[in-house]
Amino acid sequence: MSIKETEQQIVEEFSIFTDWMDKYEYLIELGRSVPIIADSAKQDSNLIKGCQSRVWLDAEYSSGKLFFRADSDAIITKGIISLLIRVYSGRSPEEILDADISFIDKIGLQENLSPTRANGLLSMIKQIKAYAVVYASKNV
Amino acid sequence: MKKISNVSQIRDQFPALNQFVNGKPLVYLDNAATSQKPQSVIEMANQMNSFTNGNIHRAVHELSAKTTVLYEGARDKIKGFINAKRREEVVFTSGTTASINLVAFSLSQRFLGKGDSVLVSAAEHHSNIVPWQMACDRFGATLRVIPVDQNGRWQMDKLDSILDQGVKIVSVAHISNVLGIINPVKEVIEAAHKKGAIVVVDGAQGIVHSKVDVQELDCDFYSFSGHKMYGPTGTGILYGKYGLLEEMPPWMGGGDMVATVSFAHTTYAEPPLKFEAGTPNFAGAASLGAAVDFIDSLDFVSVNERENEMTAFILEEFEKIPGLVLYGKSETKIPLFSITVNGVHPTDLAMLMDKMGVACRSGQMCSEPVMERFSVESMLRASFAVYNTLDDAEVFIKSLRRAISMLS
Repeated sequence: MSIKETEQQIVEEFSIFTDWMDKYEYLIELGRSVPIIADSAKQDSNLIKGCQSRVWLDAEYSSGKLFFRADSDAIITKGIISLLIRVYSGRSPEEILDADISFIDKIGLQENLSPTRANGLLSMIKQIKAYAVVYASKNV
Repeated sequence: MKKISNVSQIRDQFPALNQFVNGKPLVYLDNAATSQKPQSVIEMANQMNSFTNGNIHRAVHELSAKTTVLYEGARDKIKGFINAKRREEVVFTSGTTASINLVAFSLSQRFLGKGDSVLVSAAEHHSNIVPWQMACDRFGATLRVIPVDQNGRWQMDKLDSILDQGVKIVSVAHISNVLGIINPVKEVIEAAHKKGAIVVVDGAQGIVHSKVDVQELDCDFYSFSGHKMYGPTGTGILYGKYGLLEEMPPWMGGGDMVATVSFAHTTYAEPPLKFEAGTPNFAGAASLGAAVDFIDSLDFVSVNERENEMTAFILEEFEKIPGLVLYGKSETKIPLFSITVNGVHPTDLAMLMDKMGVACRSGQMCSEPVMERFSVESMLRASFAVYNTLDDAEVFIKSLRRAISMLS
């Protein structure tokens, strides 16, 4: 499945929610059900510090693909992280660089990527792209 | 003039309160960050931008004369509001942070040297820590800290011995932005003065929740923001005793702060203009004057009654919520509540409560050392203002409970 297809799948999953409460309950559930990262990987070098919540991002490159694991101390942030991981992890650097994050808009969570939220999510996406830039140049 | 005691009469003056957020009526509880503005402040800002716009102190034309009168008139209003001895003791700035930076930069040049100390408390906003750290770095001085106890109260028994460690300047919050405790600043001022130290008070919260009388307090400086006291953003005040303002070198150079300028030598204007370089925010100052009039129009006996009622209700409800921890416990506390709930992240709470129309603050609240003192990463804060009601407090508790149940 391509990035676009995965995004489309997530948009469809979210389309069944008619009110904010169901949507956030689903995000909380996602956040809770995904133990994304081991404490050992929660080093300061992987820490993206926001004023609101903290995000850890760990990347691994193997066979031309980037694999991400991430975590947060806030559960809703963690739920959104799980979506981002689903979209970006296991992709080639080129695919990651080509992708936009418009699916977040489509599922009505764009406010969570606003810089004013300072929750580390925006920095996490930047960091994912930065990893992709580094490894895209290695692929050449 | 009869003072306003009815809360719905107060609320009617605030258009921002009459709106829906995420489909729910707004309950605004982030007043310690910034307050909403009454119609009179909004109208004054509109009038300044629409018609009464001319640069102050500079021209003979009518518009300039009018703005100058409003600007200097606002200075008189502030003088009366804080009971300063002279109008020249009131310096306009862009906010509390600018006021503290001004005094930290300028005062330290005259009064801080190698081996000296500056004293702050363990419960300060970053804006009352960082400018002093910068000053200490410049002059080889040391930043010292009055510790707080587990309730968030200053450990006053440690004060004298710290003051003896070469403290030349004390800078402390009148009311903590995280703990909401009205600190014993008067005692600190007395003790510091006995040892010859100068005292700066961060009044960002204090000006909103207490009747400030700078002569009675006898503080050397008192700084506050307009936007937390129902006034416009980008306005602030530094009150300073005139003698000290005279002794202090200027902070920024430029228009309006000079007496004469030549390439060989410049002489400076007298305070307060010495510290008001450049075109000041005269539209903001005039609107801040309107905010002072608004505060003066309120009956604070009934405001305090409402605050006590809301506080009693909230504290009682907090007791019933398992795992809830309140930071800042004192008999002298304003209606500001910073909490954590075991197993639940404050940001998650704030996000869900926002969806229910309740605006709270979460995070470190520009006070990392306070978070560290209480071993937490962040807190959830609800802070009340003159227009909040017991209904607001009830919605706050209801939304908090609902958010907790969604998250646990």
